[in-house]
Amino acid sequence: MADTLGILGRKLGMTRVFGSDGTAIPVTVIAAGPCPVLQIKSDTTKDTYSALQIGFEQIPDRKVNKPERGHQAKAGKDFYRFLREIRLESVDGYELGQDLTVDMFTPGEKVKVTGTSKGKGTQGPMKRWGFSGLGASHGHEKKHRAPGGIGQCAYPSKVFKGKRMAGVMGGDRVTCINVEVVDVRPADNLILLRGQVPGPKNGLVMVRKQQ
Amino acid sequence: MNAIRKIEAEQMRMDIPRLHSGDTVKVHLRIIEGEKERIQVFQGNVIRIRKGTANSTFTVRKISDGVGVERIFPMHSPFIERVEVVGEGKVRRSRLYYLRRLRGKAARVKIKNTWE
Repeated sequence: MADTLGILGRKLGMTRVFGSDGTAIPVTVIAAGPCPVLQIKSDTTKDTYSALQIGFEQIPDRKVNKPERGHQAKAGKDFYRFLREIRLESVDGYELGQDLTVDMFTPGEKVKVTGTSKGKGTQGPMKRWGFSGLGASHGHEKKHRAPGGIGQCAYPSKVFKGKRMAGVMGGDRVTCINVEVVDVRPADNLILLRGQVPGPKNGLVMVRKQQ
Repeated sequence: MNAIRKIEAEQMRMDIPRLHSGDTVKVHLRIIEGEKERIQVFQGNVIRIRKGTANSTFTVRKISDGVGVERIFPMHSPFIERVEVVGEGKVRRSRLYYLRRLRGKAARVKIKNTWE
């Protein structure tokens, strides 16, 4: 259950930078943190498990309702839009109100990135599952992107659960592993990651250490 | 977007001259062979400029031993030592793809009269 330390951020978009050897590297720019620790859960608290609750993106107090305000005020920081929990093996060494920043990452390191993928709406099996579809010609009529057969006959006389079919695609929680950190800019709270990251621009992402 | 603009501005090279389609250019390229580094020159006509901040590219076409050769250079690549504009061309469009189907004398770009 225990996870690794991470930070919340927003995906700003993609660009390219030139590496030290001159090659062009496609990068995703993420504005991450600083994320204050708003709650510490451990064996000694009533939660009976170890976790850190971190906040991201300050909001004015008029946007926070009373129960939320009471909870967030305990850390003695401002109010935050997003609160997320990170389960850890041990929370020793973390203090309430301590800021987690992009400093925890170093260029060259591999990280995990979690986000919500772009919603694609209702899609057929070809786009959603990569089916090949049916023939484009040779007498195929009105069935070019259909799934084809979806089961057998008298036995089992049903379609198995989980059969891949058309439906809503995207909008899922997606985690990418082994994403390389190209650059870290603590002054601007930016992380540059090689390649793509799940989700749209301005989407919330979590960047976590790999171990 | 400002953060991305800033990153791109850092990547851009300000020493590259302003290029136009039809210009004859010499692109001095850094070639790394093993440990040695040398400069190779690629001379030809600019037939396309793709705009963009750090992502902009330009395509140079030349005729090498009777065979057309095109190379696409990232405008801000560190592999480019320098770009020299040899001559300005007089052209009426920005993408000179028509040069590809022309051969010999017809495949030349008119030179602009800069004294006019």
